[in-house]
Parts: sequence; structure tokens; C-alpha cells
Amino acid sequence: MAKGKRKWIAGLLVSLTVLTAACSNNSAGTSASGGDSSNKVVKVAYGKWNETDNWGKWLTSVKTEFEKAHPGVTVELQPIQGAQYATKIPLLMSDPSTAPEVLAEDSFMINADSEAGYLEPLKVDSWSDWSNFNEAIKAAAKGKDDKTYGIPFSTDVRGLYYNKELFKKAGLPVPWQPKNWQDILTASQTIHEKLPDIIPFWMNSGKAGQEATTMQTFEMLLYGTENPLYENGKWITQSPGILSSLNFINNIYSNGFGPPLSQVLTAQAGQVLETDLMPNQKVAIALNGNWLTGTWASSGSKPWPEALDVYDFVKMPTENGQAPGFTSMSGGWTLAVGAKSVEKELGWEFIQLAVNEKHNKEFAMLDGALTPRLDVAKDKEYSEQPGTLYAKAADFITYTHVRPSTADYPVVSTAIQEMVEKVVTKGASPQDAMTQYAQSVQRSVGADKTETK
Amino acid sequence: MEVSHPRVSKPKRHGSGEQWRAALFLSPSWLLLLLFFFVPTILTFYFAFTNMALTGATAAKTEFIGFENFKYMFQDANFRTSVWNTLIFLIFSAVIGQQVMGFIIAVMMNGRKQWFRSVIGSIVIAGWVAPEVVCAFVWFAFLNDTGTVNTVIESLGMKPIAWLYTFPMVSVIIANIWHGTAFSMMVFQAALGDVPKEVEESAMIDGASAWQRMIRITLPMIMGSVTTNMVLVTLQTLGSFTLIYALTGGGPGMATETLPIYMYHQAFVNYQLGYGTAISLMLLVIGIVASLLYMRMLKVKL
Repeated sequence: MAKGKRKWIAGLLVSLTVLTAACSNNSAGTSASGGDSSNKVVKVAYGKWNETDNWGKWLTSVKTEFEKAHPGVTVELQPIQGAQYATKIPLLMSDPSTAPEVLAEDSFMINADSEAGYLEPLKVDSWSDWSNFNEAIKAAAKGKDDKTYGIPFSTDVRGLYYNKELFKKAGLPVPWQPKNWQDILTASQTIHEKLPDIIPFWMNSGKAGQEATTMQTFEMLLYGTENPLYENGKWITQSPGILSSLNFINNIYSNGFGPPLSQVLTAQAGQVLETDLMPNQKVAIALNGNWLTGTWASSGSKPWPEALDVYDFVKMPTENGQAPGFTSMSGGWTLAVGAKSVEKELGWEFIQLAVNEKHNKEFAMLDGALTPRLDVAKDKEYSEQPGTLYAKAADFITYTHVRPSTADYPVVSTAIQEMVEKVVTKGASPQDAMTQYAQSVQRSVGADKTETK
Repeated sequence: MEVSHPRVSKPKRHGSGEQWRAALFLSPSWLLLLLFFFVPTILTFYFAFTNMALTGATAAKTEFIGFENFKYMFQDANFRTSVWNTLIFLIFSAVIGQQVMGFIIAVMMNGRKQWFRSVIGSIVIAGWVAPEVVCAFVWFAFLNDTGTVNTVIESLGMKPIAWLYTFPMVSVIIANIWHGTAFSMMVFQAALGDVPKEVEESAMIDGASAWQRMIRITLPMIMGSVTTNMVLVTLQTLGSFTLIYALTGGGPGMATETLPIYMYHQAFVNYQLGYGTAISLMLLVIGIVASLLYMRMLKVKL
């Protein structure tokens, strides 16, 4: 009997070994990072937005310094392609085996991710350097429980870039500062008639543009109307303000003032604008942020020293020029510690190093970002860096708004992108797009947290 | 040492020992199936009835919400649009496109010379062997603003067309036909090869035209293969994600947003995992209903 029996026992053993090997392989991977003190790993996840990878350059320099100060610790940089950032980051954070110690967190995600239990509250009270940060920007990094979940490393403002040379060619006045939305449409109309090969007006318009479509386009319009996005704990899902914002977008595209849809609805739209269309002077007016100068700096992906001789950066007017006359939006990025990660203490130390005066200045100058640090803002080398908009930004900040800091914001933001894209592609009239938006937001946040004006 | 008994008396009586032995042998694979297939499947069913999310408060505390996801689904204009898109994509790219093209090519090749068959065969199969994402890339290179088609159009002095934005659904349908036709072609080639020559020949002698022979004799004889192919092609196309996602991302607007893409957007872009899984359940139901419908229509028993 023995022969046959032995054979199947052997077979069984082999398959069991394979099975256990498959399982244990997994657990080995997770325990490696939690091993003895001499072999610690700090994972740093960040967005790689283009081939220039300014964030990577900055973090690499921090990594070198950090590893020197902490022998035996390895910093592992995990670049995530920009377009996938918003999807991959929550997935990484939700699992203890992949949660990064340090991650770049857009300030608008702080509430959602802290409520999801993904972020570790940071001990800023016992951190002396914290007093060097701008108070308003600090507020954007707080969760609903009033704890700080991220340390800001950049902020920004938004406005209108217009091409002085094209304006002159079309017979439009230079310098130009539109007083209301109609001024923008009128200028676009003139460009459209006089210079048919030029795109009169560019704004991020699709789902693929993600938060850029919400913030740079829709919110830059909506915050210039009488109706807010969020008020007294409720989302305003239907209002005259939303409708006129959508009508403005509809006007741009249905009159042929906008770019071709095949160009603007892709994830690469922003990059095409910064590195191709604007440097080649194909766009008359662009609604965008101050950081474009980072792209055109000598360290950027499209060095263009004359950029600010050609394009001027002016304030976005309110709908009818009503007080205070202008509007802007500010956001910003923070560094946060993943709550489910292993080396949280080391992660926090890494952040302190990455945002100190020296490294923050290095980052701001490299990326064309506005600094959240008061000491860097006063630094002459930073503020007087040629080819940047730091001086102008100070003026813009007086009119600026920040996004509602609630856990629902990311979901509402995707609903906004959908609404905008529907109008742009004529998938729905502005009115229908708003109705569908209201329905979608009610569904995600609960009908009791929405309101119609 | 025991002497092995002659195996004469054994086969009739399946001893319980032998069954146990078989069960034991299969147990590792059952365990794997249980772990990696049944458990996730059952969990999917469960998640579809929760408000599970990828971030926000519900990510930390998921709750059972009954049929809420399904109730919402039927009020959701975007869901209706994606069901409609799925059906259009399915009918034109798979049921009609791939099947008819596959059949025509198979008939064309039937009885032809070997070199003709290999040349045509390899051209068609090239689309099939290319992974979906490669396929998408090929068609993107072909159809984009500065792609092959527009280069030709421009060289003829005409205005280029943004194919993927002006005709998004037509573009993905054509790409999917190109990708999937080889499968139908191979199924029909095998089926046609099994049709006895004599039957067709005697019909020919009786004066039946080529068309009559096709409709009255060949088609009924390969009906089983047609159904099988229809079911397989339908199920594959229902789940088709990569090709559309890489070509148009479901856009512009909702133009090519089929159910798998809508599910992805809800689960991973909108962070609503619960709703996403509920949509995937609907996809499963549509697949089952479609398969049953075909079998009914074509009167084939499994």
C-alpha cells in the first residue's frame, strides 16, 4: 500500500509548502520595516508632476541630509505620477503594509483623510519652528478636531495671465485689468475675430484636470459671485451664482473662445498649456496659478526667461465688479505623517527638516511656489528672484479664499468637475448640469447638508 | 510486501477511501479558491450594501445601509447614461461588429489556399494578441489630433478632425472590433471546418444558391458555436475597461463612460467604494441576463 499513499502525501506536502510560502512571503514584506533599530525605512510618497520633478529634487536633498543625521535609517522616496496621485494616496494610506511615513497631502484632503484615520496628529505645540509659519495657512492644515495634521510647504494664488503682444496686435488696451466677467468675454471676442489662430481664453475644464478644474476654473468664478460654495455647515448645490459660473464657461466654449476639447480635456492639459501653448504664444488669456513661473524658470521644464515680458498676471474680477472687486483662491500642500505607518516618529523628524528655513526656501525658489514661512517670505533672495510673481502675489492674497475645510470636500470637488465637463462638452445645459450636480452632492453628503439658494 | 491485487474488481466500487483521497488532493486548491475567490466575491456582495468609502469619516466606520446604493442607482442620471453606453458599445462592437466581421472573414478564408489563410489570419490575430493597452495606444496614435489619419487628411488639404472627441463612441467601437474579431473568426473557422462537405455539395446539386446554402444549411449547423461565441464575446466586452479607459478615459463628458469605467470612477476617483461595488453587481446581473437571453433566443441548451 505504501507506495501510492506516500506519493499523495508527498503531493499534498508540496502543495501545502507552496501555499504557506505564498502566504509567508507577504508577511515577510511587512515585518521587514519594523525590524531592529539599525534598519529602519522611512517611506516618503509625493507627486511627480512632470519630468523636471522639482519635488523629487527637494526631497532628495532632504533625504541626503536626514540619512547622514540618522545612521542606519533609509529614506525611500516613492514618486507617484501626478495624474494618479489622488487615487493612489488614499489606497496607500489605508493599508498598514504600504502606509507611507511621510506624504505630500493637498490641504483640501486633510479633513477627509484625518477623519478616515489615515493621518497622525502632529506635535506642533512643542515645536519651536512652528511660530515661523503664516497663521492663515496654518489654519488650512487643521482637522475638524482642531489638531494639526500637516505642515504647509507651499501656497499659491490664482489669476489671469494675458499676452501683451497678442493684445496689442488685436488692438486691445495694454496694460489690461478686467473689471468684470463681461470684460473678459469682450476681450476674448476681439481676439477671436482679429486673431483666428489664437486661443482667446484657456481654463482647465475636464474631469482629467481634477482639482485644477474645481479650483482654478469653477471656484475662481463662483467665489466672484454672490453665492458661496459652502455656508453654515451646508453645501449650496443650486444657486444663481453656480448658474452664472456655468453660463460663463458655456459662453467661452460655445462661442469658440476656448481651446479644442481634445486638448483641454486630457490629464496633460495643464502641461501642454505651460510648456507649449503659452511659450509659443498661442493663448491670449489663461486662468491659472502663480506657479507657472516655476515651469519657465531656468530650473523648470520649459526655461523661458522672457515669460513675464510677454505675459502679465492680473487679478480675476468678480462677476459684475461688485466689492471687493477681485477674487482669488489659495490652497497649498503640506507634509503629513501616515497614521498606519511604522516609523511615525522618524517621519515627523523628516518633515521638520524638510520644511525648515533652508529647505523651504530651496523648494520655493525651485518650484515657483509661495512660501508659507514668514522668514523665507522676507528673504530678499527669494522675494526678489527675477521672473517670479512673489511681489504681485502679496496683492492677490488680500482677495483670496480658501476651500471649505470639510471631509466632504473631495467628493463635492469631483462632482464639480463632472458638472463643468458636462457643460463644456454640451452633455447638459448649465441648468441640467447644476441639477445633476445637486443630486450627486446630496447623495454623497446627505440631503440635510445641502441647500438651494 | 503486499502483492498488488489485479485491478479487476475495483473500478465498479468507488471506495470512500478513494473519494477522501481525491478530496484531500483537491483541498489546497479549494483552500486557495476559498481564500482568493469565494471570500472576496461574498465580500463584494456585502460591500454593495454598505457606505464604504476610501476617505472621510465613512472610511473609518463603514455602515450597512441596505438597498440605499441600489435605490440611488436608479435615480442616478450618470448610471443610466453608462448603462446605455455599455449597451451601445456591446451591441455594435461585439454582437454585431466582432461576430459579423469574424464570420465574414472565416467564410472568406474557408477553402482558400494556405498562404491566403495565413496572411489574412495573422493580420487579424495581430489585433487579438496585442494587449488591450497596446491596442489602445495603436488606436490613439492612429486617431489623435496629430495622428496618422489626420496627417493623411491634412496632406490632402482638408481640416483635421479630433476623432476621439468628435466621434468618441465610434472610435472605441472600431478599436474594440479590431481587437476582438480574431476570436470570433477562430471560433467560426473551427465550426465551418466541421460542416460536412457532402451536405453542401448535395444542396448545390439540388440548385440551392450560395446565399440559400449559407442561411439554410451552414448557419443552422454552426448555431451552437454562434451562441457560445456570442456569450463569450458579450461577457468579455461587458468587462472591457483598459481599451476605453486608455483611449478616452470615459469622456469626453460621459460619452464613452461604460459601466466598468463608471464603477472605477465612483470607487477610486469619487472614493465611494460601496457604490462602486453595487455597480459591479449590476454589471454581473446584466452579464447573466444577457447570456440567458441568448440561449433562449437561439434555443440552445447548455
